Amino acid sequence: MGIGFYLQFPFAQHALEAAFLVAVSCGLIGPFVITRTMSFAVHGTSELAFTGAVAGLLIANNPLVGALVGALVVATLIGLLGQRASERDSTIGVILAAGLGLGVFLLGYYHGYASEALNILFGNIFGISSSQILLLGLIAIAVAAVLTVIWRPLLFASVDPDVARARGVRTGLLGIVFLFVLAVTVTEAAQIVGTLLVLSLAITPAAAAQRLSPNPFVVTVLSIAMAVIAADGGLLLSFQFATVKPSVLIVAISFAFYVAARLVGPAVASRRRRRSAGPEMAELGRG
Amino acid sequence: MTAPLVELRGATVRLGQRTLWSGLDLALSEGEFLAVLGPNGTGKTTLLKVLLGLVPLSAGSVEVNGVPPHAGNPEVGYVPQQQAFDRTLPIRGRDLVRFGVDGHRWGLPLHSRATRRRVDAVLEAVGATDYADAPVGLLSGGEQQRLRIAQALLGDPTVLLCDEPLLALDMASQRAVTRLIDERRREAGSPVVFVTHEVNPVLPYVDRVLYLVRGRWAIGTPAEILTSERLSALYGIEVDVVKVRDRYLVVSAEDELPTEPGAHAHHDHAH
Repeated sequence: MGIGFYLQFPFAQHALEAAFLVAVSCGLIGPFVITRTMSFAVHGTSELAFTGAVAGLLIANNPLVGALVGALVVATLIGLLGQRASERDSTIGVILAAGLGLGVFLLGYYHGYASEALNILFGNIFGISSSQILLLGLIAIAVAAVLTVIWRPLLFASVDPDVARARGVRTGLLGIVFLFVLAVTVTEAAQIVGTLLVLSLAITPAAAAQRLSPNPFVVTVLSIAMAVIAADGGLLLSFQFATVKPSVLIVAISFAFYVAARLVGPAVASRRRRRSAGPEMAELGRG
Repeated sequence: MTAPLVELRGATVRLGQRTLWSGLDLALSEGEFLAVLGPNGTGKTTLLKVLLGLVPLSAGSVEVNGVPPHAGNPEVGYVPQQQAFDRTLPIRGRDLVRFGVDGHRWGLPLHSRATRRRVDAVLEAVGATDYADAPVGLLSGGEQQRLRIAQALLGDPTVLLCDEPLLALDMASQRAVTRLIDERRREAGSPVVFVTHEVNPVLPYVDRVLYLVRGRWAIGTPAEILTSERLSALYGIEVDVVKVRDRYLVVSAEDELPTEPGAHAHHDHAH
């Protein structure tokens, strides 16, 4: 029983669709996450999706909605308590610890199957219904729409905050909006790869892409492409190798992209240098 | 004489309980080069923020080209000090410069051919064409500052505000960057407000200096202000100003003189 066999079933098709939607959103936000040094915020919000999901299971028997609401609460808390970049790191640490404690506490009151809750940690891509696909699709569209609107000023604010402020960019407001986009994206991704492995779609592809080009547009395209290949590729491979969980294969592919990018990155950069200008460009190599 | 392009009257800034400076009167006309000097923490950068519309005055009034300053005013060009960019930051020189055209506008970073031509032209003007496509994190301080100036010039500014743009640059880059700024004020008549802790590299261009020390201030030509008498009065301690080979050196008996217009005499500034 290989890939072709599984693909006739709705659960497999849903899984591929969900992985695609999630990967596009993650690939989109990744370059911004790295430029704004917010990897820890991704990690924090994704682990707290666990707490939100358990709360959602308890209250409404709906982990996804619980996780989404929880993500918005977490983003608001990080935004309120960690306004300055210097304190954001520790703030996230504090909120993460408190939130996980709450999640474990809530889990004690949940009498359903423990695997429901554990799925949140490691992802459960094969349990996705059509209504969930619809929700994931709406989220992906919303994320892309918001990012399209704030793209340029957000990039400006991320790279060069002082000058951006002088030019009238509302850097604080953009930071909060991006935090919400990030929280929602990460929560969405947690359904697929699990909260523990979200970084493999939200950080790793963008980090790999950065090694291959200094052009922000190219980096974003590469980041999305690698996230999609990792997510759907990992899924397809898991049909072939049924004993390995898909999230493991997704992580493996995205990590392989990163290693490859680190290896060929320097060669790509030096070829670009030689092509772009005359002899004095050799000087640029120093940094 | 035409109306001043930058005008402060009785300007006062208080941050919390502390008064940074008060009653500041200043008028800059076309093509004037003002160096803002003084120790750290006396509100040199805050003066720029007032002109950028980022910090409000506690008292007095301020106008840039006849209107109160507001953030995002394209008439004001801003050149910050050099900063360390991450080596893998996915931003090229031309991306940084392009923010000067439309970085504040909503939308995707797509650019018309006209914009691209304008960016190319300004890159050429500051001599940055060669490294326009290199990642900014790999550029030297001097190269970065040329891009900064290109970015500020793209807005076709009426006024140029520079915040320690020469900091951490070698002598050759300092000269190149200063020359670009000087060119702008001569060609377009933009007055320059130049915050620095070292007046000597810009001395040939400076028309007037504004010297801020702990709430007190003095303004005038370098020859008027950079004297033992004036600086001793400003600092409230005995300070000697010596002019050696067209460079000002400020010497004090006490070690606490934090930052000076010229080199610290008790430091090694042998460049």
